[in-house]
Amino acid sequence: MSQGPLIPILLVSTGLFFIGMYGLFTRRNMITMLMAIELMLNSVNINFVAFNKYLFPEKLNGLFFSLFIITIAAAEAAVAIAIIINLYRSHQSIDVDDATEMKY
Amino acid sequence: MSNYAYVLWIPLLPLLTFVVLGIFGRKYFKTSAGIIGTASLLAAAILSFNTAYHYFLVDGKVNGVFQKIIALQYTWLSFSPGVSVDMGIVIDPISVMMLMVVTSVSLMVHLFSLGYMKGEERFATYYAFLSLFTFSMLGLILSVNIFQVYIFWELVGASSFLLIGYYFSKPSAVAAAKKAFIVTRFADLGFLMGILILGFYGGTLDIGLLIQKLTSNTSPEFINITSASFLGASMLTWGLTLVFMGGAGKSAMFPLHIWLPDAMEGPTPVSALIHAATMVVAGVYLVARLFPIFSMDPTSLTIVTYVGAFSAFLAAVIACTQTDIKRVLAYSTMSQIGYMMFALGISKQGGEEGLGYMASMFHLFTHAFFKSLLFLGAGAVIHMVHSNEMKDMGGLRKLMPITHLSFLIACLAIAGIPPFAGFFSKEEILMAAFHSNKIIYGVALFTAAMTSFYMFRLYFSIFWSKEAAHHDHHHGEGTWSMKLPLVILSICAVGVGMIPFSSFVTSDGVALETHTDLMFSLAPVSLTIIAISLAAYLYKTQNQKPDQLATAWGGIYKAAYKKFYIDEVYLFITKKIIFPFIGQPIAWVDKNIVDGFVQSSATVTAKISSSIKGLQSGKIQSYTLYFFGGIIALSLLFIYIWK
Repeated sequence: MSQGPLIPILLVSTGLFFIGMYGLFTRRNMITMLMAIELMLNSVNINFVAFNKYLFPEKLNGLFFSLFIITIAAAEAAVAIAIIINLYRSHQSIDVDDATEMKY
Repeated sequence: MSNYAYVLWIPLLPLLTFVVLGIFGRKYFKTSAGIIGTASLLAAAILSFNTAYHYFLVDGKVNGVFQKIIALQYTWLSFSPGVSVDMGIVIDPISVMMLMVVTSVSLMVHLFSLGYMKGEERFATYYAFLSLFTFSMLGLILSVNIFQVYIFWELVGASSFLLIGYYFSKPSAVAAAKKAFIVTRFADLGFLMGILILGFYGGTLDIGLLIQKLTSNTSPEFINITSASFLGASMLTWGLTLVFMGGAGKSAMFPLHIWLPDAMEGPTPVSALIHAATMVVAGVYLVARLFPIFSMDPTSLTIVTYVGAFSAFLAAVIACTQTDIKRVLAYSTMSQIGYMMFALGISKQGGEEGLGYMASMFHLFTHAFFKSLLFLGAGAVIHMVHSNEMKDMGGLRKLMPITHLSFLIACLAIAGIPPFAGFFSKEEILMAAFHSNKIIYGVALFTAAMTSFYMFRLYFSIFWSKEAAHHDHHHGEGTWSMKLPLVILSICAVGVGMIPFSSFVTSDGVALETHTDLMFSLAPVSLTIIAISLAAYLYKTQNQKPDQLATAWGGIYKAAYKKFYIDEVYLFITKKIIFPFIGQPIAWVDKNIVDGFVQSSATVTAKISSSIKGLQSGKIQSYTLYFFGGIIALSLLFIYIWK
């Protein structure tokens, strides 16, 4: 099985991470923010798989971590959407700037 | 030897009464509180007399020596091996004697108060306080451990404070209560230091062990405490003198006596119980309790002697000029306690030389009865005329025959006319003084004459002098509950002198042979009779002679009337010296440095928090920004700087 170089894969993952981060900081809609977080998690997954493949090809630890992250991301999405629905019920909005009561 | 564990119930019964009346009294026992308190004390008194009977007459004596029995002992707080605060009960001649005195006088006072305090708003509270006092006093006299003494000592002080300030709506009563508490607290500071010194060198706080260790010339503890010295006196002297300072505070010895006359602001039965018969003799009792140690140190005994003799003399002089009948009695108490003190001071441990010790305890015993009788009589008089001043009285002998007779008996007893109780005890004291120190004997003799003079001045002013001005005696002489204690105490004041006291209470537990020498009694008794005649000449009928005499003596009379300005000296020292030069600088330090530190730390925290609280904006994305910023900063730190 032929292997391409590692760098392009890392570039993809870095790009994905910063796109996620950009989305998290700029969007006000909570659903979009949630999606941005998913992007960041996935970039991390790519990193895990790639490093596992290139550095320790005989082990599966990196893959296991990816699987865990996917599971947790699913759970997190469920919780986050529940929060968003409750927020909508109380504020009639899912804009984060409308939910700033919890401050000093 | 029988089991004395039941003695525990003697202090516990009043404690129980205090708890019940203190918690439920105002609600459920508003009128029956007096009966409950009296009944519980009656039970305690019966137990005490039972104890006394068993101890003195049945089995206290082994081979002719009264034994010290530790009936109960329980380690309460253990500091280090050997040094512990124990709670327990000691049965020995003086504690059993005090048990009888305290319970019987307290019983009489409880009974008298039934009539005297009737209709008071805080009747149940009054009985609760009386019970608390009785409990504390009984705990004090039964103490096995010097720290236990100290604990009950403070409790006694606290209950005395509560009872003096019973009429708390009267400013003078509040001031008197505070004065009594502060003065005795100040003295107790000395007591505590004394306890610590004795405990440190003796290696124990147990009174029995302490006496054992500090009375043998060869024990290492004794050698240590006598060889260590501070400001030219050995630590033994310091320890004992400081303990005596505590005793002097409670027993109102010069110069710590200033609280006693003011303490008369309390209800009169309270004065009879606390400030005449029981609490004020706690100092004498304390010295007696530690007497074997005192007897090892002549210096501190000399201090005890001279303080006692001077107080006796000073108080007698002041008593001659006072016009408030309770104050006359207060100074007379101080004077009689002075007698007990110097009798201890001139005594030695054991044998014939221990006559002073026995005389002191004897006088304590008889004095408790006739002085409480005097106070209760004064209480009945005050109840009748609603005034403490002599000028409002006079001619009461026909209106109050029982009070008159009992007061006369008490006056004869305190003056030392045979065969009344005071004669016997005073005789022993004078005898002891005669054999050890002629100066003290002279002072004591002169004081005895003055005692009878001012007592009969009081007697004639109340019951003779002018015709009775008050005819509005709406409640007559008082109820039977007020008359009965007077009668019982009168019988005691006549009878207790006949008790062969020296065969029961002596410094070493061995019976002492005493004999009344008629030739010796001649001097004090004739002086007393002269003094009584003088009082009768001056005060039996209303006339100008006392005023003329007062003018003739001018300065001395005025000084004595003003109590030799001792109160003013104290006020000057506290207000003009201690407050501005010690109190205010300390207050400044407290306000600006101690408080300032705390407050400035609070101010700084508040300032910082208000300047950075904007960070908590409630905007979730700025939090995320800080979070990522933090991660980046940490990554940089760990990658490039902290490799």
